[in-house]
Amino acid sequence: MKTLILVIIITFLLLPICAFGGVSAIDTPNDDGESITIIWNPDSIPSNNLKLTRVKIERRTSSESGWEEIGVAPFSQRTFIDDAADDGIDYVYRLLFTGENGKALIYRTEAVHSSAQIFNTKRINVLIGIIICIFVLLYYIYRSQKGRQFYVRPIPGLQAVEEAVGRATELGKPVLYSAGRGNMQRVATIASMTVLSSVAEKTAEYNIPLIFPNNDAVVTAVAQEVVYDAYAKTGHPDRYKEDDIFYLTDSQFGYAAAVDGIMLRRKPATNLFMGTFEAESLILAETGNSIGAIQIAGTDSTIQLSFFIVACDYVLIGEEYFAASGYLSQDPMILGSLKGQDMLKVVVGVLILLGALAVTFGFTGFLDIFSIG
Amino acid sequence: MLRKLPLYICFVFGTFMLAQFFIPHPVSTALYKMVLDWVQIIYALSLLVGAAMLIKHHTLIASKPVAKDRQYSLIVLFGIFIMIITGLFFGRGNKTVFLWIFNNIQAPMQATMFSLLSFFVASAAYRGFRARNAQSVFLLGAAIIVMLGKVPIGDMITPYIPQSADWLLNVPSMAARRGIYIGIALGTIATSLRVILGIERTYLGGK
Repeated sequence: MKTLILVIIITFLLLPICAFGGVSAIDTPNDDGESITIIWNPDSIPSNNLKLTRVKIERRTSSESGWEEIGVAPFSQRTFIDDAADDGIDYVYRLLFTGENGKALIYRTEAVHSSAQIFNTKRINVLIGIIICIFVLLYYIYRSQKGRQFYVRPIPGLQAVEEAVGRATELGKPVLYSAGRGNMQRVATIASMTVLSSVAEKTAEYNIPLIFPNNDAVVTAVAQEVVYDAYAKTGHPDRYKEDDIFYLTDSQFGYAAAVDGIMLRRKPATNLFMGTFEAESLILAETGNSIGAIQIAGTDSTIQLSFFIVACDYVLIGEEYFAASGYLSQDPMILGSLKGQDMLKVVVGVLILLGALAVTFGFTGFLDIFSIG
Repeated sequence: MLRKLPLYICFVFGTFMLAQFFIPHPVSTALYKMVLDWVQIIYALSLLVGAAMLIKHHTLIASKPVAKDRQYSLIVLFGIFIMIITGLFFGRGNKTVFLWIFNNIQAPMQATMFSLLSFFVASAAYRGFRARNAQSVFLLGAAIIVMLGKVPIGDMITPYIPQSADWLLNVPSMAARRGIYIGIALGTIATSLRVILGIERTYLGGK
């Protein structure tokens, strides 16, 4: 400690003190408060061949007289974050730049206080992107509401639903539906409920059992409601069997084993896998394939898509799965949002093309527009 | 009102979850954490609901003397009963019956199901890679290169095989995957917006 004091005194005597020059302290931007960033610019600090290697950072409040050491950083680091500050209290920082020979330069910052921010400016690009998405989607929903007809290309996987349910009717066998491992928070599960509703309407009309084994109790409760509503809508609430939509287990492979068992025992003519799937996808799809069922799958899990493609008759890939609700219900508002989705895809395509060209010609700044803080 | 209330709740929470991504303020963070805590509480309660559903479903089947799959339901009920009794009265720590059953019955059964995957992959790969047309031949060729590139023998034959495998995975395969990702992302945004605005309401049990 005495050595340090001696060094400081000598430094004070021998070297010019440059208070505030080259160093500054600011309230850390885009954070939830209690943080101050201390910045020093090695190029602006006259080192006088001291070969500065490290910086000791000290602080005190405006009312205190003694300095408190809060950390040490390499000279080349340029910044130090004091994340133990109290919001609203003014702090002054003192930086002791120490060289290889032990000599030090002392700098002080102006008083600064930390505060929490209301908006993260580093995410403004995301906000703009979301606003554009919302605007485009709402615009097409509005046009659709005004009576504009939008064309939706035929999706073989969804066209086949009717055929698959018809086949089950001919064979007098049930339809098995699985929403995979997703819980109700997942958008894929919400989309799955829409497909389930359409399938349930068909099974209600044809009077064939719809089996829906599930691995999430909330999804089971929602599915029971959706299926009952579909049965009631077609005028056959009496055909609804609550016991056919049941909860199995939370365990991934326990679920796979149980669904495989149901497939082998009840031999459904049609298997529909719509939702979020993990490693159980192939176990289910291959078992379904072995019993000769028509299988249609749709998922947002890209890794599982390849498994479904080899084991199922039809697969809804990517956005096709999310288009299912509009396609099956023909609801103009949902169809409008599908058109909006297509327009956004064009926008994304153009941006990818521009990005590829910009990077090819060395304009890497284009990429910074899309970085998220 | 009963139908509209969930839509209002959905709108408020959906908008908040979107807005909190841009607001670093502690109030926003605290609210976000609180919502996540609620989700955990709902999940914990749903487990109880699930257990009740499971017991009800299998009791119904087991109580029918002529039910075809009665024995399976009896085994499920027996398993639930045993685990509850051992867990409640004999503890769940080390060297307990509960843990012994878990480690020696449930875990091996789950591992068995997982290991079946390798056989299913083999049978699916056989079907997928059959050279029926030009596209299948192309797929088969790419698969052979990737498989050889990921095992030591590929490098021993020629170093070009692992390089080609990496190129196949990182360029054409990645391009296709990213295309699908973009579609899924846009689909997710559109579906979320429909849910937040109450356009998509099938999940409530009605259109």
